[in-house]
Amino acid sequence: MDPEIPTISIVDLGIVTGIDIEPDAVKITLTPTFSGCPALKIMEEMVAEKLNKENIKNEVITSFEKQWNTNMISEKGLEALKKHGLAPPPRHKGYVELDVLSDTPCPLCNSRNTTMQTPFGPTLCRSMHYCKNCLNGFEGFKPVS
Amino acid sequence: MELTERHVEGLKHLLYKMADDLLIIGHRNSEWTGMGPILEEDIAFSSMAQDKIGQSLAIYSILHEMGEQEPDTVAFTRNASSFHCSQLVEQPIGEYDFSLVRHFLYDYADAIRFDMLSNSIFEPLAMVCKKFRGELKYHTMHANIWIKDLAEGNEESKTRIQNALNKAYPMALSLFEPSEFDKELSEAEIFSGEDECRTIWEKEVGAVILEAGLEIPQVSDTEEYYGGRSGKHTEHLQPLLDEMTEVFQIDPTADW
Repeated sequence: MDPEIPTISIVDLGIVTGIDIEPDAVKITLTPTFSGCPALKIMEEMVAEKLNKENIKNEVITSFEKQWNTNMISEKGLEALKKHGLAPPPRHKGYVELDVLSDTPCPLCNSRNTTMQTPFGPTLCRSMHYCKNCLNGFEGFKPVS
Repeated sequence: MELTERHVEGLKHLLYKMADDLLIIGHRNSEWTGMGPILEEDIAFSSMAQDKIGQSLAIYSILHEMGEQEPDTVAFTRNASSFHCSQLVEQPIGEYDFSLVRHFLYDYADAIRFDMLSNSIFEPLAMVCKKFRGELKYHTMHANIWIKDLAEGNEESKTRIQNALNKAYPMALSLFEPSEFDKELSEAEIFSGEDECRTIWEKEVGAVILEAGLEIPQVSDTEEYYGGRSGKHTEHLQPLLDEMTEVFQIDPTADW
């Protein structure tokens, strides 16, 4: 599970980019959501710990070879984000137009009558919005291409 | 294509100046943590600081794979004269108007540089730059919103932004100080060079400046702030390094 958004697994988040079963160990490759994400090291350790518990020899590495983007979040993952109160990122076609942030659907009442307050939030992957329909502030998971 | 020794030397120079710029601007941005004029800006500068320092780590890691020392060693044990950052990034944060305008000028330059390097034949760098590109979009977006809002705010906010621009713009040209390796790196399709980067930058920041109703500063001496790339710095860098490494220096071998 993601240490900062406990409703989503790292598989559904799309950051597990490689599982290689080698004769003497399992090699797991993770890719960072944001280069400065402080949860990365923790996630590496969580994966290793889980495998160690099962007595599976392992090597967990982080690589930029496959660059993460928000289309790599599974459908189940998008639902999980919403469950955590975060507006899920819209699907994109390889290029994100940041205009999409201005009417992000409210995760509480689904209205599109919203406005983005700031592209930076409590973590690097979130932006902050306000819903003019239900008058609540909410956070969105930023689309990244 | 086979990289020659000269290419490797040029690449290391390029990577050091990029990573050092990111580390130092990251540290400067972090000085706004807890001090921002409004909560959202406090968070914005802190978030950008986090991105920059994460990006610098990724580039120092590439350098480490090329035989240079560990990222922490490189970041925390060098003196000012061994840093290759530009004189723009080491300037103190000043008032919010200066920090905002510097962030605008700096982040456009980085966005362009990362975009250019996404096509580099040097794969490890191309991979991270593709990643950084997506992150930078939020930085330039943030800069655009505030430059425009403040330029169109009232007389005081417009004057402040224009004055900050007049001060920071000549400094920002130091980001594009040419290097002796530019030609060879360009021929090898590693990096198409500082001149090209600067041409695109002048066009892009110029468009934002004019659209906001501000004036593009005229610079008489474009080389006034050159020197950072070869270790010539202002008096502001060493105190920053002393502060940044204060905890590290207490016990350099401590395990965190």
